[in-house]
Amino acid sequence: MKSKIREVLSKHGRLPVDIATLSDSDDLHAAGLTSFASVELMMALEEAFDIEYPNQMMNRRHFSSVTAIENALMKIRQDMAA
Amino acid sequence: MCQSCTNNLLDNLLKHGHLIDTGVDGLYGRSGVFEDVVMRFDALITRWGGGDGPEVMRFPPAMNRKHFEKSGYLKSFPHLAGTVHSFAGDEKAHANLLEQVGNGEDWTLGQKSTEVVLTPAACYVLYPVVAKRGPLSGEGALFDLQSYCFRHEPSKEPTRMQLFRMREYVRFGTPDQVTEFRATWLERGQKMMAELGVPFDLDVANDPFFGRAGRMLANNQRDQRLKFELLIPINSVESPTACLSFNYHQDHFGSTWGIQTPDGEVAHTACVGFGMERVALALFKHHGMNVENWPAAIRKVLWS
Repeated sequence: MKSKIREVLSKHGRLPVDIATLSDSDDLHAAGLTSFASVELMMALEEAFDIEYPNQMMNRRHFSSVTAIENALMKIRQDMAA
Repeated sequence: MCQSCTNNLLDNLLKHGHLIDTGVDGLYGRSGVFEDVVMRFDALITRWGGGDGPEVMRFPPAMNRKHFEKSGYLKSFPHLAGTVHSFAGDEKAHANLLEQVGNGEDWTLGQKSTEVVLTPAACYVLYPVVAKRGPLSGEGALFDLQSYCFRHEPSKEPTRMQLFRMREYVRFGTPDQVTEFRATWLERGQKMMAELGVPFDLDVANDPFFGRAGRMLANNQRDQRLKFELLIPINSVESPTACLSFNYHQDHFGSTWGIQTPDGEVAHTACVGFGMERVALALFKHHGMNVENWPAAIRKVLWS
């Protein structure tokens, strides 16, 4: 899942640095992920993983690192399955 | 004390002639008395902020369409934007146009976009002007703006006009410089409005970003406490109206327009905005429709 997240990040995150230089726990906002880019990222993740972010999960916390994105996606999948 | 809570505020304002009906919700004429209140409030803002030495600029209520497109406004607020179109056809097209108008048909399909759009917020005109000047000085920059602004949100609430005036102070500089500016105005704004004897609260806020993706922008704006509003109950106590706003844009406009500090860093910006009509409406709501009867202390602040 992380490699797919990284792929989406490199295409839609508009990061000023190569995603490969960041660890899974590095802060994406500190690395230059803007608010508008995080919106594009969210929509690209929704398409790539066939999920829909609920309103309460549309915030910076859930896009703060590769691991945070993965945790959010797993939570959304769990909630969708429930 | 609220002098007109038992009346519908819009009806009351129209009855007293302070607002003049045009047949379109949110588009009103203003009486001389209403304008006088707006001018007095404008002068009060200058008394509080003029000492900082801002560069004063005034623009007509329209901006360069290319600048508008680059600003990103359409990403966030496509539903509020107002664009200016004009007839650009030949004589045959003119005849068709007149026939369509005469028949009550849609005559706007042949209209072409012009090079101007209506100003959505007073400061949108400013950023490309500042960018053109080159890097900021070490002190950054401070501007004083006022403009009629357009937002397409017709409403029966007099506080939600489609064309209204916004006064702004806009600060450019380092993150420390602009956040200090905003902190100063958060204090000043409350002291200034306390002088006017209206009830208010300060709260974290978000802009009305469009659509589902906009929910994310709104949540981020709130989480980061980028926008505060000074809210006054005007239409109702339950839904108070934002009359002043205190905004920290971070590097959004600096990076959009390539504005830099002397060190080559992307400039940060912040602004304080004053809703001129909204404050006037708050004064009429809370002190009554006859300005001669407003409390002496309030009259002194505005007319001394």
